Amino acid sequence: MDDTSIQAIEISLFLEALYQRHGYDFRNYAKASIKRRVLTLAAIHGQTVADLIPRILHDDGFVTEAIAQLSVPVSEMFRDPIVFKTLRETILPLLQTYPRINIWQAGCATGEEIYSLAIILEEEGLLERAQIYATDINDIALRKAEDGIFPVRYLPEYERNYKNAGGKTKLSDYYVANTEFMRLHERLRRKIVFAHHNLVSDGVFCEVQLILCRNVLIYFNNDLQKKVLELFHKSLVRHGFLCLGTRESKRAVEERQLFAAINRNCMIFQKKGGEL
Amino acid sequence: MAKLLTLPKKPAIEAVAIGCSAGGLEALRKILNALPATFPAAVIIVAHTAPDGENLLSSLLAKTCQLPVSEAYEREPVLPGQVYVAPPNYHLLIEPNRCFALSVDERVCFVRPAVDVLFYSAADVYRDRLLGVILTGANSDGAQGLKAIKAAGGITLVQDPGEAYADTMPKTAIATGAVDKVLSLAALAIEISEQ
Ligand SMILES: C[S@@+](CC[C@H](N)C(=O)[O-])C[C@H]1O[C@@H](n2cnc3c(N)ncnc32)[C@H](O)[C@@H]1O
Repeated sequence: MDDTSIQAIEISLFLEALYQRHGYDFRNYAKASIKRRVLTLAAIHGQTVADLIPRILHDDGFVTEAIAQLSVPVSEMFRDPIVFKTLRETILPLLQTYPRINIWQAGCATGEEIYSLAIILEEEGLLERAQIYATDINDIALRKAEDGIFPVRYLPEYERNYKNAGGKTKLSDYYVANTEFMRLHERLRRKIVFAHHNLVSDGVFCEVQLILCRNVLIYFNNDLQKKVLELFHKSLVRHGFLCLGTRESKRAVEERQLFAAINRNCMIFQKKGGEL
Repeated sequence: MAKLLTLPKKPAIEAVAIGCSAGGLEALRKILNALPATFPAAVIIVAHTAPDGENLLSSLLAKTCQLPVSEAYEREPVLPGQVYVAPPNYHLLIEPNRCFALSVDERVCFVRPAVDVLFYSAADVYRDRLLGVILTGANSDGAQGLKAIKAAGGITLVQDPGEAYADTMPKTAIATGAVDKVLSLAALAIEISEQ
């Protein structure tokens, strides 16, 4: 047996140990990507993948860090501005009629994206009526998201994206900054509840009008992706909306008649009436 | 015992993985234009491009290439005789079931998509049935990935740095010592099309 095949066994044993010991189930994640993450985790500790197995079994402190490495806690403000523009112009007007608007972002990572949505809600006069839930399995990322503090390094790109997303004022109206960091305003932060929720093992989190889950399902295999799409279907109100990442598989969302496309380029879908 | 008499046959190439950066469009054109309509392997390209928007590269390449060219779509199978280009701002990986997967993992060598990410995953899947190619580029991306392709038994080719628009990528790749042949674009085109 060659090294690659042996390494594949090590990886699956490690994921099995992580699952049996701590309940975090990465066994149905897309293989190529999870391999990269496990190898990175091993490299950071100067260990082989096999060495990670006793660590994950016996060293209680290790699991948080392992989760932080295996998940991909990266986010950006107004990534794909056209999506935010479309949400602003076609979806938010449809949510106007609800006295209270519930929004769930699944897999929020460090929060840049959900703050972007909060800014748009404010500009459309809907923030006060909104309750936003943002969830993730990565507690370290969740804490960062809650703080709402981000490096200013990417600000030029964020400014540009904000404008292209139909921004009505200046992005600087929404944060204070020094030379290194920016912090989103309290009035945005207090509208978002950040919480731990695992899409693999936890059930319906709340009933919402809009679910934002961009670039999370790409990390799941077909079966897991299917399961999570069902969870989203159950979590949406009648005719509720689902927004996925622009390069995610349309086929996977549409083939099962759970959702109808509203805007395929922006990957915005609407819950279909029927039962599962 | 007739088996012993036949020479070990070189396995047919299933996929060609190409990485490039600055000056890549022209180099890719020269190579792809040389591929016959009957080319039997999949061609998978990672080119460092601007992060936003449409996949201009695939439409530019489609104009002159005889093979169908498209963006690599999440979860779709990698088919022989097709040319695929990684979408902007996503890493492109190959799953063991020979389907494409995308990720937004951190940049590698300051870029996303990174050639290394494609090469590592493709090497795992295609083993000795993979041909890895590094073309022009002002970046060190791709060198480690090419090494992985070689280690898995694949073939590794690099554009001659002397004629490359930017020579860092070819030079870094060559420095790994894992390169089978260093060739001009014209010779690369022939070498690949004869697979
Ligand atoms: C690439 S980030 C996407 C962040 C954000 N949606 C964006 O696009 O800016 C993927 C996130 O999904 C989270 N994630 C992965 N598996 C998860 C699971 N089983 N349940 C909830 N979140 C998960 C990761 O922790 C990570 O923060």
